[in-house]
Amino acid sequence: MFNFALRRFLIAIPTLLIISLVIFMLLEAAPGDPLGDVPLTVPPDVKEKMRAALGLDSAWYVRYFLWMKQFFWVEPLNLVDYVWGTDYAKGMQRVISFQSRQPVMQIIAERVPQTLTVVGMSYLIGVSIALPIGIYSAYRQYSWFDQIGTLVSMIGFSVPTFFSGVVLIIVFAVKLHWFPSIYDTTHRVTDWASFLKQVRQMAMPVMVLSLYNAAQISRFMRSSMLDNLNQDYVRTARAKGLTERVVVLVHVLRNSLIPVVTVIALGVPTIFGGAIITEQVFKVNGLGQQLITSIHSNDLPMVMTLTFIFAILIVTFNLIADLLYGILDPRIRYD
Amino acid sequence: MTDVAAAATKRRAPRNQWWDVWDQFKTHKGALVGLAVFFSILALILIGPWFWTQDPGYVNLRSRNQGFSALHPFGTDQLGRDMLARIMAGGKVSISVGLTAMLLSITLGTTIGVLAGYFKRLENLLMRGTDLFLALPLLPLLLLMVTLFREPLSRTFGPETGIFILIVTAIGATSWMQSARIVRGSVLAVKEAEFVLAARSIGTPPRRMITRHILPNVMSPIMVSATLGIASAIITESALSFLGLGFPPDFPTWGRLLFDAVDAMQLYPARVILPGVMISLTVLSVNYIGDGLRDALDPRIRGR
Repeated sequence: MFNFALRRFLIAIPTLLIISLVIFMLLEAAPGDPLGDVPLTVPPDVKEKMRAALGLDSAWYVRYFLWMKQFFWVEPLNLVDYVWGTDYAKGMQRVISFQSRQPVMQIIAERVPQTLTVVGMSYLIGVSIALPIGIYSAYRQYSWFDQIGTLVSMIGFSVPTFFSGVVLIIVFAVKLHWFPSIYDTTHRVTDWASFLKQVRQMAMPVMVLSLYNAAQISRFMRSSMLDNLNQDYVRTARAKGLTERVVVLVHVLRNSLIPVVTVIALGVPTIFGGAIITEQVFKVNGLGQQLITSIHSNDLPMVMTLTFIFAILIVTFNLIADLLYGILDPRIRYD
Repeated sequence: MTDVAAAATKRRAPRNQWWDVWDQFKTHKGALVGLAVFFSILALILIGPWFWTQDPGYVNLRSRNQGFSALHPFGTDQLGRDMLARIMAGGKVSISVGLTAMLLSITLGTTIGVLAGYFKRLENLLMRGTDLFLALPLLPLLLLMVTLFREPLSRTFGPETGIFILIVTAIGATSWMQSARIVRGSVLAVKEAEFVLAARSIGTPPRRMITRHILPNVMSPIMVSATLGIASAIITESALSFLGLGFPPDFPTWGRLLFDAVDAMQLYPARVILPGVMISLTVLSVNYIGDGLRDALDPRIRGR
């Protein structure tokens, strides 16, 4: 197991390095100019100085390695300083946003909670709805419950979140006035009333995302249960005289959860991507919205860092899924 | 027992295996309904404009924001353009983006999958590359590509063709990985079959080996992932348009129509619902077709 884990981990590092290079080169190849919005009346030599101030005058590899150093060395040091109150990173250049001249990580840290509460909550709810539905519709295959479940989950992943979100806004916010249509991120939970308000403003984005997640995961759960229900060991378990409950919920379920758990782990980073759209619909100012604004304003360090963080999420959760599969299914370890 | 089987084979005239696939496909009700819906949508956007001859770009400020009427069955938008005509025009773009992007991604995926599956030397390199692509944050990269390259491309090819090329390439280049993996898996399985050994022993060169023996036998997974690819390409295109990064404003697609209508959704919800329903219906029908196709192409299910 240790060898297996180590091998997977060692593959992840070069993957991340190559991805960072790919993102950097893509930004580099792009013809956009971060100084495109500077008025034409600014004389060329001043513009040249502005470029130098942004660090754009040096060669691409210098900037790439500078970014690497800042991201992998200076920013963690800053985190250490922040947590333990030390000053290792004093005087070191951090990754600075072109747009706001603030450290990129500070902006990201401000926005992570919004994204995490909405995305995390919707994933939890989605998974906890999906598993029972998947189990029951596999157990009663082709029953009316299964048929309806199939239809609903087909609709769930065919209707794009930007449409289901807008429909929910029209129905619940415009017509019924149940929920606010815009997410208020300055809202602080202090007492019961403000907690209720938070729940109400989270209801719609969470509903949209969890429907979408539940649709996919319940399909996986169902087909994985179906694969196992016809196995010989199930017949043996029944022949031994175990109750149906134990057969399904202990023997079959534990075996069918193995692939589903890895699918759930693999799904975490993709929902961060999907949240980009949902955040735009409900005007949640999370990471996704920040990414879109910085793309529009050519804020290269911000875009680079955010995209790379998404990449880290994907690689990490791929690694977690691999390791989980290895732990849960011993046959996988010896490939 | 053998007599019965012999009689059954005698009664049935020899026929193409695709008829068996069609027979199995017909038993999947959802897939049949999906096929019907998809063809009616195609008919609406292809034949519709011959009967509904209003110009989707015709601005008539005196009849803007109208509701449903005989003159404008789906109403008009904020500039008085006919919504029915715009939905037809938008559908044409959305579906052609979906089809072209799917073709591109399936060609890429099949090529890479077949090469990786057939040639042992290339396998490691190609599959590591595929894994790398799978680890890329795709939606952020798509947004990035579309924003960064739209100016130069629309300058060289004109605004419409330029954006079309850009979006199709971006979607195709970020969605081929799944089909490459599936195709590689099937190629690896087919390669071990005895007819391949037989073909090799009579000296078939690799090129003909792939086109004559391997490709026809991995057609089923390719077709299924092609069908599902149309659906995801349409969704991606509308998502890009919805984020304001798709086609230019005077060039309607379903996602763009939805995006334009969101600002006025409190007053004119119908304008949001119509394109959204068109997107969802198309994607839903294509997904059902893919589902039916997967069952129909699976020989383990087909005989039953």
